[in-house]
Amino acid sequence: MTVNRRDFLRGGLGGAAAVTACATLGVDPAEARGNLTVPENAIGFLYDSTLCIGCKACQSACKTANELPFEDNTGTGLWDTPLDLSGKTYTVIKMYQNGTSEHKDKAVDGFAHLKRQCLHCIDPSCVSVCPVQAMRKDPVTGVVSYDADACIGCRYCVAGCPFGVPQFQYDTPFPRIAKCQFCKHILAKGGIPACAQHCPTGATLFGSYKALTAEIERRKAMKPGQPNLFPRRTVDSGDTHERPAAEYTEQVYGDKEMGGTQVRYLAGVPFDKFGMPVGLPERSYASVSETMQHSLYGGLIAPAIVLAGLAAAAWRGARELHHDEDGHE
Amino acid sequence: MNNRSSVRAMPSRPVGGRLVGLFTVALSALVGVAVYFIYQRFVYGLGAVTNINNAYTWGIWVVWDVVIATGFACGGYAMAFVTYILNRGEYHPLVRSALTASLFGYTLGGLSVLIDLGRYWNFWHILSPAYFNTGSVMFEVAACITLYILVLWIEFSPVALEHYGFKRTNKALNSVLFLFIALGVLLPSMHQSSLGSLLVVMGFHIHPLWQTPLLPVLFLLTALCMGFAVVILEVTLAAVGFKRDIHAELPILSKLGQIIALVLVVFLALRFGDLAWRNALESVFNSGIRSVMFGIETLLFAYPVWVLAQPGNRARLSKLFPAAFSMLAGASLYRIDAFLVANERGPAWHYFPSAPEILVTTGVIALEVLAYIVFVKKFPILPGHPAVQGR
Repeated sequence: MTVNRRDFLRGGLGGAAAVTACATLGVDPAEARGNLTVPENAIGFLYDSTLCIGCKACQSACKTANELPFEDNTGTGLWDTPLDLSGKTYTVIKMYQNGTSEHKDKAVDGFAHLKRQCLHCIDPSCVSVCPVQAMRKDPVTGVVSYDADACIGCRYCVAGCPFGVPQFQYDTPFPRIAKCQFCKHILAKGGIPACAQHCPTGATLFGSYKALTAEIERRKAMKPGQPNLFPRRTVDSGDTHERPAAEYTEQVYGDKEMGGTQVRYLAGVPFDKFGMPVGLPERSYASVSETMQHSLYGGLIAPAIVLAGLAAAAWRGARELHHDEDGHE
Repeated sequence: MNNRSSVRAMPSRPVGGRLVGLFTVALSALVGVAVYFIYQRFVYGLGAVTNINNAYTWGIWVVWDVVIATGFACGGYAMAFVTYILNRGEYHPLVRSALTASLFGYTLGGLSVLIDLGRYWNFWHILSPAYFNTGSVMFEVAACITLYILVLWIEFSPVALEHYGFKRTNKALNSVLFLFIALGVLLPSMHQSSLGSLLVVMGFHIHPLWQTPLLPVLFLLTALCMGFAVVILEVTLAAVGFKRDIHAELPILSKLGQIIALVLVVFLALRFGDLAWRNALESVFNSGIRSVMFGIETLLFAYPVWVLAQPGNRARLSKLFPAAFSMLAGASLYRIDAFLVANERGPAWHYFPSAPEILVTTGVIALEVLAYIVFVKKFPILPGHPAVQGR
């Protein structure tokens, strides 16, 4: 009996331990899930901080297009004044200031703008962590959208987003998750997202992921100070304006971060100055987490094996104990 | 087979006695206070009652009421594991009371989730295949805990059947009970480890002292230890509260103490080995308040190892009890730290639970204790040797 017990432990628990070890150490290549890749016809934004004048037309257009309420954080009741993304705000223009704030797009004695919104990750954590598929990534466009009818309000997307995007509504008994959904209702009618539509300088530029990749390369190749043409609204709108190219930082934010995002950023100021997380791994957290889950529970194979072992042991254990009890009652 | 003798000596019996007393009335009052704030939460939203925000979106209603409370409710899991799976009959007398505590811990943990869920009316989606997202750790945790609550009620049902004299039903149930016992060990192993896995996807948002691929293993080991420690705590408190003599149970408790020490040694070795492996050992000292919390955790884990490693101490309740208490405090702090203290979202964000938030959690605990008292007085749960006198 002792031998049986040990055999069981070796077989059942040993197996479970091995699976756990493989999963946690990520040494099982057969089960490993790599980063998801960008859909063939994905769409996206290029936000160029050096073109942004901080007018917040995008913020205003977003509120109108998505029927979002105003936020008053100054107590004057005069303007919509969101301080950050919130349950009422899908996008917000933030500002970096340093020293005398004289020079646009300079880190020292300068200032710069940054548009915060959902980055529409290529391999989104929110989609991966949502227990009930309330967060979904469109297989064609790659847009990450939210379905309130499915959502249970567990807020794992809020906790799990590397960029702090999804916002829960704490001030209502019937809350939703607030996040940019790329104006999917406008896209469905053949339009483009409200923020890009209303941006006067083309700082927020809509286009296919591929076209935007080419546009990023074009801008990175520009000589700082030389006049260049910049499109407005969409990358191929033909509606352009001329201005001297800015000096961009090396990093294209969203190019590699977390396996890449469909909203990408160019700026003249390093991105950590805007409070964006930098130094992020190229392997998505979603793939790390799912690899662990699938190695442990894929097809419920490991749990089934462990359960069989446990059931065998419990059958013997329960029989002996209860037989013993019955015999003496 | 002489370890079976203790089983015969101790068939379970109701404790009996009055239900209304100073203690039970006080507990009921705490429950009442909680009900008031729960009402407010459902009328005005989570923000009206709690301090949670979009950087600390999980407050103590998640971290205490679910993550820690289910750890405290691992007594049934731990005892079923040693009794039925390792087939050590000597632990059998304590299985019932442990299962009862687990039953209430998990049931209330599961119900209190509904208070915290923003869109609680959709909760059933967790059990509807149309909505399943099998890659989600939260799905695994939620589905597993729900199933385990059902399993616990089935495991517990012989007690009620016995009490109301349904002999035949009881016999039929007993013949398949082994399946539910097996599930009752598998399911907690799955979701207790997954409670740790929940944090993996948060990556850099969780401080390196706690963020590790070993999270599921560390959470599983603490769950087991919490299970054994809570049994020591329950037996001691029941002995004091109901004035029971527990000489017969003491040898079992001292064995549990030994297991706790062994598992904790493995836990600490893995914890520090992992920190060394990830080159994160220096953050033990240079992480400010997080270093302090890590240090307190480690001391709380080390104390029971030090005490329980000495066989003489294990035979004395006066040593076993503080060791078990320290273990539970350490494991609770470990879970609080991993979910809240380790959470890094920038200097602008803070979280400390509001008074109503704490009072709701207190009310849930009070309800749990109250239910336990009522059940052990009315049903055959505790090992049935006579009370010291009276009552």
